[in-house]
Amino acid sequence: MHDLSPSGLALPAPSRRTLLRGVGGAALLGAGIPLLSACGGSGTAADPKTVSLGSNSSDAVPKKAFAEIYAAFTKKSGIKVDVNTKDHNTFQEQINSYLQGAPDDVFTWFAGYRMQFFASKKLAAPIDDVWQKIGGDFPEAMKKLSKGEDGKYYFVPLYTYPWAVFYRKSVFAQHGYEVPTTWDDFVALCKRMKKDGLVPIAFGDKDAWPAMGTFDQINFRTNGYDFHVELMAGKASWTDAKVRKVFDHWTEILPFHQEGAVGRTWQDAAQTLVAKKAGMYLLGTFVGQQFTDKADLDDLDFFAFPEIDPAFGQDTVEAPTDGFMLSKAPKNRAGAVKLLEYLGTPEAEQIYLKADSSVVAASTKADTSSYTALQKKSFEMISGAKSLTQFMDRDSRPDFTSTVMQPALQNFVRNPKNVDSILSSIERQKKTIFASA
Amino acid sequence: MSTDTSTENPEAAAEPSPGAASRKRPTGHRRLLTRRDRITLGLMAGLPTILHIALVWLTALASIALAFTSWNGIGFDSIQWVGLQNFRELFTSNPQFWPAVEHNVVWFVVLILLPTPFGLFLAVQLDKSIRFSRVYQTAFFLPVVMSLAVIGFVWQLVYNPDTGLINSVIGANKPGHYIDWIGDPDLNLWAVLIAASWRHAGYMMILYLAGLKGVDPALREASALDGANEWQTFKNVVFPTLRPTNTVVLVVTIIEALRAFDLVFVFNKGAQGTELLSILVTNNIIGESSRIGYGSAIAVVLLVISLAVIIPYLIATFRKERRA
Repeated sequence: MHDLSPSGLALPAPSRRTLLRGVGGAALLGAGIPLLSACGGSGTAADPKTVSLGSNSSDAVPKKAFAEIYAAFTKKSGIKVDVNTKDHNTFQEQINSYLQGAPDDVFTWFAGYRMQFFASKKLAAPIDDVWQKIGGDFPEAMKKLSKGEDGKYYFVPLYTYPWAVFYRKSVFAQHGYEVPTTWDDFVALCKRMKKDGLVPIAFGDKDAWPAMGTFDQINFRTNGYDFHVELMAGKASWTDAKVRKVFDHWTEILPFHQEGAVGRTWQDAAQTLVAKKAGMYLLGTFVGQQFTDKADLDDLDFFAFPEIDPAFGQDTVEAPTDGFMLSKAPKNRAGAVKLLEYLGTPEAEQIYLKADSSVVAASTKADTSSYTALQKKSFEMISGAKSLTQFMDRDSRPDFTSTVMQPALQNFVRNPKNVDSILSSIERQKKTIFASA
Repeated sequence: MSTDTSTENPEAAAEPSPGAASRKRPTGHRRLLTRRDRITLGLMAGLPTILHIALVWLTALASIALAFTSWNGIGFDSIQWVGLQNFRELFTSNPQFWPAVEHNVVWFVVLILLPTPFGLFLAVQLDKSIRFSRVYQTAFFLPVVMSLAVIGFVWQLVYNPDTGLINSVIGANKPGHYIDWIGDPDLNLWAVLIAASWRHAGYMMILYLAGLKGVDPALREASALDGANEWQTFKNVVFPTLRPTNTVVLVVTIIEALRAFDLVFVFNKGAQGTELLSILVTNNIIGESSRIGYGSAIAVVLLVISLAVIIPYLIATFRKERRA
C-alpha cells in the first residue's frame, strides 16, 4: 500500500527508485572522480618488482627511446617499469598537483631552479645514495646542476643540448662569410648579410620563450655568469645599468632580426634558415628537427654566441638538461634507486642517443664514437664550458618568467624604444613575486 | 496539506480517468508523501544542492578568499594573508591588466555591433523561405558547431604572416612590406575578432530564426493589408515582437565577451594586443609554481564585472515576472 504513489497511480515504483538510486550513485561517483584521479598512479603499491615512472615524453621519438631504456633495465634487473606518459605540456602544468598527490616513484624533470624549487618544497626525495654510485661519470658542472639548495642531490641528468648560433655552411661558403667571434665581427656580418639580401638573424617569438634565449646569451656575455645567476634568482635589479647595457646590445642587432617575430613560431623561423633565406639563427640544437632533408642537415653548423666582454669570453654555455627525480614518498624506493642508478649509466644514455640524435649525453663516459658532427661539436662545447646555464625559465622562478618576462620581452622586441619603462615594470613586478613564498 | 490538494497534483491531473477528481478518499489526516518518497525527494533535491554548493558556491567563495592571499598551490600551510596587495599590484603594476579589461569591452562592443545585426539580417532573409534556405542555414551555422579551439587553428592558418592565405595572396610576407596579423598589437585583436564574429553571426542567426518563427503570420498579413512595405513591416511589426529574443541575444553576447578565451589562447596565447582577463587568470594559476592568489584576484575582478552586468538583468527579469 505504501508503495503506491500519492496520486494513486500504480507507478512501477521500484524501478523509479532504482533509477533514483542510480542517479544518486552517479552523482556521488561524479563527485568522487576528481578525488579518485587525484590518487592516480598505479595500483601496484607494494609490488617490489615494479617501479612506477611518470613521463612527459609524449613525442614519438623520445617516447620510443625511453621505452628502450626501460626495457633494457627490466632485462638486467628483473624490475618492471610501469610508465605513465602524459602530454608534455600538460605534465608541466600539472606538476604541482601531481607531486602533491600520489606521484609515481620516479618522474622526468628538468635541471636547475625548476628542480631546486620542488626539492626545497619537499616534493622530491634526495638521492645522495644514487650519486655515490654514478658520481664518477659526470663532470663538475653536471654535479652542480643536480644539487638542491641544501647541497643534496635530487636529480639524475640524462641528456643535454646547447644553445648556439646556427648557420648553413654552404651559405657561408657562397658569400665568403667567416664565423664571428667578437661582437663587432658579428654586427659587421649582420650588415653584410643584409646587403646580400639575406635575413641576417631568423627569429620567431610567438611562443614567447625564444626571446629569453637571446637575452640569456647577451646577458652572460656582457655581464658574466655570476651576474646572470644573481639576476635570475631575483637578487640583482632589472633597472641596474648592467641590464640596460644588455638591452642596448640587443637594440643594436634587433634591426637585423627577422621582421614580425611576435607572430612567428620558432618552427617557421627555422624554415627560413632551411630555405637559405636567413643567414643565422640563435636556438637550441633541436632546430635540427626542422631539417628533414639529410643533405640540408649535413649542411647545418653552429658557433658559440660571440664574445662581448673579453673578461668573460665565451666561457658560459646555455645547456638545458633533462633527467629524472625521485618523488617524495616512493612506494618502491629500493627499486626506484636501482632504476635511477641505471639511468645514470653511460649505457642508458647511449640507448637514448641512438634514437634521438638532436641531444648529447650528460655523462662524460658515454661513447661518442657514433655521434654526428653536430653532436660531437655540442659535446665539446658543453664539456669545455666553465659554467652551464639552463634557460631563463629553468634558471628563475617559472611564475616570474611566464607572467612577467615573456610579455615584457615580446614588448621589447616590438618596441625597443620603450626599454626603460619595460625594465622598471619588470623590476616592480619582480619584487612582489620574489617576496612571496 | 490535506487530501483535497491532491487533485491539484500534476500527476493526478494527467491521469487519464476523468473520475479521478471525484474519487473518494479516506477522511482524516493523511500524509501526502510516504517516508520513502520523502527520502527520495530529499535526495533528489539535497544531492544537487550539496553538489551545487560545494562545486559552485564554495569554490567561488574560496577563490574570493584566495584573492587576498599569496599561495603557490603547495600545501595549505603556505597560504599567506596579504590583504589588498594583489589588487593593488594588479591595478598599478601589471602592464597587461588594463589592456585586458579594455579588450574584453572591445570584444563585447564589436560582437553586439557587427555580427549580431548581421545574424539578424541573415535570419530575416532565411525566414522568407527562399530556395536552398536549408543549405544557407547549415553553412552559416557550421562555425557554431565547431569548437572555438578548432576555429582558432583554422584562422591561424589564414593569418599566418609567412605562409598564411592572406599574406600569400596579397604578397605581404616579404621584408619591407610585411603585415604581421598575429604579432602586431594594432592588428591582432581585430584579426581574432573577425574569427569570433564569423562564429557569433551564425549563433545569432539561429536565435533570431527561432524568434522569427514565433512571430504570428497574421501580424505580417495585417501590416501588408495596411500597405506597409517590407522595411516598415520589419521595423514596426516584426522587430518589436522579437523583444524577448533580443534580451536573450544581449545576455548571450555579454557572456561570450566575458568568457572569450579559447580562440585567443589558440591564436597567440593572449600576447601583445590580445590580452584578455580569462587568459591572465589562466596564465597565473596554471603552471608549475602558480600564483594562485594573484590569479584569483584577477578572477574576482572578472566576477565583479560579470555580476555588474548580470544583476541588473536579473532584477529587470524578476520585476517583469512579478508584474505578469
